[in-house]
Amino acid sequence: MSLAWRDAVVARRFAARQRSNRLALALALLAMVFGLFWLFWILWETLRLGLGGLTLATLTGMTPPPNEAGGLANAIFGSVVMVAMAAFIGAPIGVMAGVYLAEYGKGWLASATRWVNDILLSAPSIVIGLFVYALAVKRFHTFSAIAGALALALLVIPVVIRTTEDMLRLIPASQREAAYALGAPKWRVILQITLRAARAGVITGILLAVARIAGETAPLLFTALNNQFWSVDLGAPMANLPVTIFKFAMSPYENWQQLAWAGVFLVTLAVLLLNLAARWLARERR
Amino acid sequence: MSAPLARQPFAPSAAAAWSVDMALPPTPVRQAPGVWADRLFGWLARGAAGLTLLLLAGILLTLLIGAWPAIERYGLGFLTRAVWDPGQNEFGALAMIYGTLATSLIALVIAVPVSFGIALFLTELSPAWLKRPLGTAIELLAAVPSIVYGMWGLLVFGPILAAYVQQPLQTLFGATPGLRAFLSGPPVGIGILAAGIILAIMVIPFISAVMRDVFEVTPALLKESAYGLGATTWEVVWQVVLPYTRAGVIGGVMLGLGRALGETMAVTFVIGNMSQLDSPSLFAAANSITSALANEFAESGGGLHEAALLYLGLALFFITFVVLAFSKWLLARLRRREGRSA
Repeated sequence: MSLAWRDAVVARRFAARQRSNRLALALALLAMVFGLFWLFWILWETLRLGLGGLTLATLTGMTPPPNEAGGLANAIFGSVVMVAMAAFIGAPIGVMAGVYLAEYGKGWLASATRWVNDILLSAPSIVIGLFVYALAVKRFHTFSAIAGALALALLVIPVVIRTTEDMLRLIPASQREAAYALGAPKWRVILQITLRAARAGVITGILLAVARIAGETAPLLFTALNNQFWSVDLGAPMANLPVTIFKFAMSPYENWQQLAWAGVFLVTLAVLLLNLAARWLARERR
Repeated sequence: MSAPLARQPFAPSAAAAWSVDMALPPTPVRQAPGVWADRLFGWLARGAAGLTLLLLAGILLTLLIGAWPAIERYGLGFLTRAVWDPGQNEFGALAMIYGTLATSLIALVIAVPVSFGIALFLTELSPAWLKRPLGTAIELLAAVPSIVYGMWGLLVFGPILAAYVQQPLQTLFGATPGLRAFLSGPPVGIGILAAGIILAIMVIPFISAVMRDVFEVTPALLKESAYGLGATTWEVVWQVVLPYTRAGVIGGVMLGLGRALGETMAVTFVIGNMSQLDSPSLFAAANSITSALANEFAESGGGLHEAALLYLGLALFFITFVVLAFSKWLLARLRRREGRSA
């Protein structure tokens, strides 16, 4: 009698546990769907509204005044120029510092650099913009493409340092030792053995860093500012996609908003392609 | 462990001498250029590392110097002053600090449970062939530039939030004494709530990625022991995996918080940009530190206004630094424990 009663209690508790398990797992599934839902919604709207406003004129025309036809050519050009400059400034410094951490770093400089790098990695990008403003814009009394590129470069460096160090650490010590045993000096070992072996990973890091800065707006707001016209002068304000999008999207003009959507589509496309390329490269390596 | 020790007797001193002989450089002359290149390369690497240190020092110093007029005038009281009036040249950071903290808090309230669910799904529920694409999809959510979130939030999400969430909430609870204050104001889809929700979407990938990674390092032995005792999947996750990875999970949440605090564009688009503190309403337009900087800095024209904005930037840098330091400390604690149990 009492045994049957206990069995019943156990069975009921078991059923309750099963129920809460099913509930929790259903909620987990729901959370997954919730996360994906936003991704698809945002991508869908970007595609729908961006492609709708995208014509050949968008790629060839200059940013127009309100309610006039035009395109984003100068902004696209400016973005490409500044991102490329930032990558060429930031990537070598980042790779060298990463090499230092992985191949030399033991003393206080290494641990301090790691610690500082983590701070820089999580520093709000707008604070970097403030820094470059005080450093370059205020001193030379003009917003400039160089200042914009510098601000973006400062965002590239910590990302590249982190990935370079991680990737170099994956190279087995036996490869270095083999090269040393052949009499190679350290710089040759690093350049021709370890960096070459870690090449795919290092490039992945650079691609991810470029993807990150391609859509960055905040650090450009008070460094490169914006420019309504085509400009190749690196010492003057230069048009760029993110700031143009910001300005156009916040405006009440129909044609500006449409151009902003086209710009958002282009930026998103570029960033996602860079990310997928980086991922593909990282997987190739394995 | 013992293999090299056992081999030692087979290494007579004659062999050692022979190997030293072979290692001698043929001529010292051939080494010289290599040495110089070596030294140069080493200094280049060291210089690049030193540059990052200088960078941080430079950021702190320039912000401090730029903010000095405001620091001199207001001291630390700046952080608790509620006035922000560029017209009268009176500045205080409280409204912006409130905006930053309130939007980040809303973001965490939404993002933490969702991220936990996603991590749970990816580690325990998902079929193996789906794990990778689903994980990638969530990570792509982190790659979408913040300006895209901002524009989408202002032009697509805001109106929908206003029509289908804010207005019904106001008609339902607009007269309820406890809730009325939080739901007042025009339901236009712009303000603290909208900014908080969009921040939540933006930090979900960061938090869920860390949670998934720490869940995956939970030793299979622990989980299988619990399953062996008859625990359900949920019980294993809640009572074994989560306690085991608690420090890592909190570290991940802190990482997300850091992102939310420093996010600029998405917030600037949807928060409404009003530096005031007269209503606790979640629907009210407000300002965060980052949105104030984005909107006002380029036009501040030097003087006290610019100094006050730089002071704001310094405060933001400090807040994110504290959050980062806390999360690093927690993650380091997790790693230590992992080392002990291994």
